[in-house]
Amino acid sequence: MSTLKWLVVTATGVLLVAGCEQKKRDAGGGSAGASGSAGSAAASTGGATPGVTATEIKIGQTIPYSGPASAYAVIGKADVAYFKRVNAKGGINGRKVTLISLDDGYSPPKAVELTRQLVENDGVAFIFNSLGTANNSATQRYLNDKKIPQLFVATGADKWGNPSKFPWTMGWQPSYRQEAKIYARYLLKEKPAAKICILYQNDDFGKDYLAGLKEGFGDQYDKLVTKTESYETSDPTVDSQIISLHDAGCDTFINAATPKFAASAIRKIGDIGWKPLHLMSNVSASVTAVIKPAGPDKAIGIITGAYIKDASDPAVANDPDLADYRAWIKEYAPELDPSDTNAVYGYGVSMTLAKVLTQCGNDLSRENIMKQAANLTHFAIPVAPPGIEINTSPTDYWPFSQMRLARFTGEHFELFGDVINAD
Amino acid sequence: MKLAAPAAIVIAVILPFVVSGYHTFQLAQVLAYAIAILGLNLLTGFSGQISLGNGAFYALGAYSAVIAINNLHLPYGVAPVVAAAVCFVLGYLFGKPAARLEGLYLALATFALAVVTPQLLKLDRLEPWTGGRGGVQIDKPVSPFPSVLDDDRWLYMYCLIVAIVMFALAWNVIRGRTGRALIALRDHPIGAGAMGIDIAEYKAVTFGISAMYTGVAGALGALIAGFISPDSFSILVSIQLLVGGVVGGIASIFGTLFGAVFIEFVPNLANQLSDNAPGVVFGVLLILCMRVMPGGLAGLVASARARRAHRGT
Repeated sequence: MSTLKWLVVTATGVLLVAGCEQKKRDAGGGSAGASGSAGSAAASTGGATPGVTATEIKIGQTIPYSGPASAYAVIGKADVAYFKRVNAKGGINGRKVTLISLDDGYSPPKAVELTRQLVENDGVAFIFNSLGTANNSATQRYLNDKKIPQLFVATGADKWGNPSKFPWTMGWQPSYRQEAKIYARYLLKEKPAAKICILYQNDDFGKDYLAGLKEGFGDQYDKLVTKTESYETSDPTVDSQIISLHDAGCDTFINAATPKFAASAIRKIGDIGWKPLHLMSNVSASVTAVIKPAGPDKAIGIITGAYIKDASDPAVANDPDLADYRAWIKEYAPELDPSDTNAVYGYGVSMTLAKVLTQCGNDLSRENIMKQAANLTHFAIPVAPPGIEINTSPTDYWPFSQMRLARFTGEHFELFGDVINAD
Repeated sequence: MKLAAPAAIVIAVILPFVVSGYHTFQLAQVLAYAIAILGLNLLTGFSGQISLGNGAFYALGAYSAVIAINNLHLPYGVAPVVAAAVCFVLGYLFGKPAARLEGLYLALATFALAVVTPQLLKLDRLEPWTGGRGGVQIDKPVSPFPSVLDDDRWLYMYCLIVAIVMFALAWNVIRGRTGRALIALRDHPIGAGAMGIDIAEYKAVTFGISAMYTGVAGALGALIAGFISPDSFSILVSIQLLVGGVVGGIASIFGTLFGAVFIEFVPNLANQLSDNAPGVVFGVLLILCMRVMPGGLAGLVASARARRAHRGT
């Protein structure tokens, strides 16, 4: 008989846990109530969208606070801290923004579960800046079926700007494919007779790059690209690939590698005395993580594309455009390192969302939120290099499709030339 | 005692109608975990072989099911059967040599299996089937009776039926000849051999059965999440299953349900209690749990029952 008893206990336990969860969430949500007067006018229109009241917009995201990708936890912390300041200053059109940021441990099934929790239990208006290609792929169909905006997903894959198939999903950063197209565009203009060698990582990241270069060079690809080499992330170095590319007699080298291998390539190129025009992927353009370990003297002249500023660069540290960023991080996120690119990223993407919500005015229906996200024109954020703008339209779901090039001077990356468009 | 199983089924059928769609979805996941933990218990609890690699079979089952549905266009009902067959065969073949390893060495060999699996799933050559690093989406089963059961409840009922079949099967295996052979093998391998039990063969078959259970659970897990990718099956899955097995009681059939509830809900609970260190909270809860009931929930129940019998009530 006691088996029966503990089965009942278990079942009750499940219900209890579930119940507590719901209760606790509700208590965490709408407390402040800063704006009574602005609220009453909006109350009539505010009721329709879940998570939206006269005084609050509740939104959610999942971030790997634990697990193999927990370095990106900084993005979630920065997002939350950004809206903390927005709320301290009175919110957006009188509503404070409550961002519920949950830990998915970089596991897609967990992301599905937590996203459903956010939507069905916590009743968020939409999902903002959830991180990871697989995790966003896992929730994309669910959110689109339910017509819930999946805004500014934090991934560089090339599948998010597809409004005809997934009208409720939008990316933010330029994709790797777009970045590669920008390099191709630059080379076609500046060095039309180049003999090009490419090193790429043998996975989705590297292949997106290759696809972008093929698209960018078009029918010139076979003529210009002399040789390609790939590496596996399990390889100790890329020395042999570099020697083989050097032997092919290239005068231009495209380095589509992640930080550890990009550094290995820079060092080897310096060691063997090869002096190609060197273009390096933006993910590896870090002075502290790549250039210093490789040897800054070997990296002079390397060109990369930039869409947000490298905060680890001492020249950028005193940039007046970043005064607001520094003041914010000091007051609202003192535990974050101001030179961490992920903090810059979180600030930039949250600022973009704040702009969208401001544009929505008092119509916070999910349709209008998506409409306004697809209606950003010439929006410049201070953490982007001068000249770079965010533009979207109902057919263009790529907020960033421009970059500027920067050249390594021996100390930092210095911008040069005009803004280059990917499309 | 005779009423326990029917009562459990009645509760399980009623539950989705009193909780929300999201909780129904979580309960379906609990059922999948319970089946996977049951597979581990058969291997570790009853036949005494430690496995840290059952997550690999969970992944294998998930991929088999998705390939069966997406590429071979088989109906949903057949997918777990395909997963079961594939996992049984591969589990048996892996168990054949591996089961000659004892204790910790076997644990290491199976651990290697769990580490390798996500890498294998990323292989280029398998990409048309597995979707590579990016993963594969799968359409969730649509309820044929939408007025009575919405899609979440339908999927839950589907998982429940599979779970009932798997539990009944395990119940019969354990109480029969095979079960006695397994327990003999765990408690005294030399004695079991002397009694005429083919040790190597029984161990390999148990490995196959365990893999089959885990594979079926993986198939259900894939249907519940609607998406699979190599990142879905990190080594953590194997460890979670082990935690669930131990918390519920490693040599117990119905304890698996509690283990499944534990690994599904306690991490969420830990997340609620602490924003900064949910891992620490989870660890403390786990230690508390093991302190209060070292034999898992099943052990606690057994000792309570023994105490009552001792008092003569």
